Amino acid sequence: MNARSPANLTLLSVFLALLALLALSAASSFYLTGTAGAVTALGFAAAKAALIFVFFMRLRYQSGLVRIFAVAGFFWFGLAVVLALSDYLTRR
Amino acid sequence: MRGRSWVPPIPGKIPRVTSGTANTAVLLASSLFVALADNAAQLGRRTPVRWCLAAAWLLGALFLGLKLWEYHEKFREHLIPGLHFHPAGAAAPQLPLFFVLYFGMTGLHALHMLAGLAVIAWVASRTASYRPAAACVAPVEMGGLYWHFVDCVWVFLYPLLYLVR
Repeated sequence: MNARSPANLTLLSVFLALLALLALSAASSFYLTGTAGAVTALGFAAAKAALIFVFFMRLRYQSGLVRIFAVAGFFWFGLAVVLALSDYLTRR
Repeated sequence: MRGRSWVPPIPGKIPRVTSGTANTAVLLASSLFVALADNAAQLGRRTPVRWCLAAAWLLGALFLGLKLWEYHEKFREHLIPGLHFHPAGAAAPQLPLFFVLYFGMTGLHALHMLAGLAVIAWVASRTASYRPAAACVAPVEMGGLYWHFVDCVWVFLYPLLYLVR
């Protein structure tokens, strides 16, 4: 395997870590509600997304410029989601 | 810990945590196979590329099947706003907003999944035509990046629509 790719075993370990994070986030949703639950669930989601970005999308093996563009793309998408949720998030 | 509830209690026979979690696991597995296909492509191995892409495609289709089944359950429970919406219970007035977002966001995500399935099928069907074999790296990698991105979006939709209470 060249320096541009993770080993297959690394990918498999990342997948198992993703499943573990998924199980933890589903389990925590039974104990945490409201803002604490939302922050925890989104924290687990951010950790999973980071693993996908770094290993599945190979950002670990790319130059800084590629990384910046990748993160910027996701940042803009995040803005769009927050705007879509703006009504919901500000309801009393 | 109890705080201000973000989402009203969502009615339904199937706990939404169960179906959402199962679907997330399916999609993560699909992404794993796309990443493995990418590795095989870098080594110029056509056959593993095709098998991995086929596995990723089937898992993606399974995701959409589960989603369709979820929509079907919502239809049977009269929870589709504008079409078939007769919610019951104390939280009924707050439910339309949740379900509009639920169908809007999962629907848009599902459309992107359909596009991704088309891309994967197209790339997989063309692996044999690349000379040399390693020339299929670019299409597998580009299609894979799209697939992983759609996966990432689901990773955030899952807590927002299935876990947060």
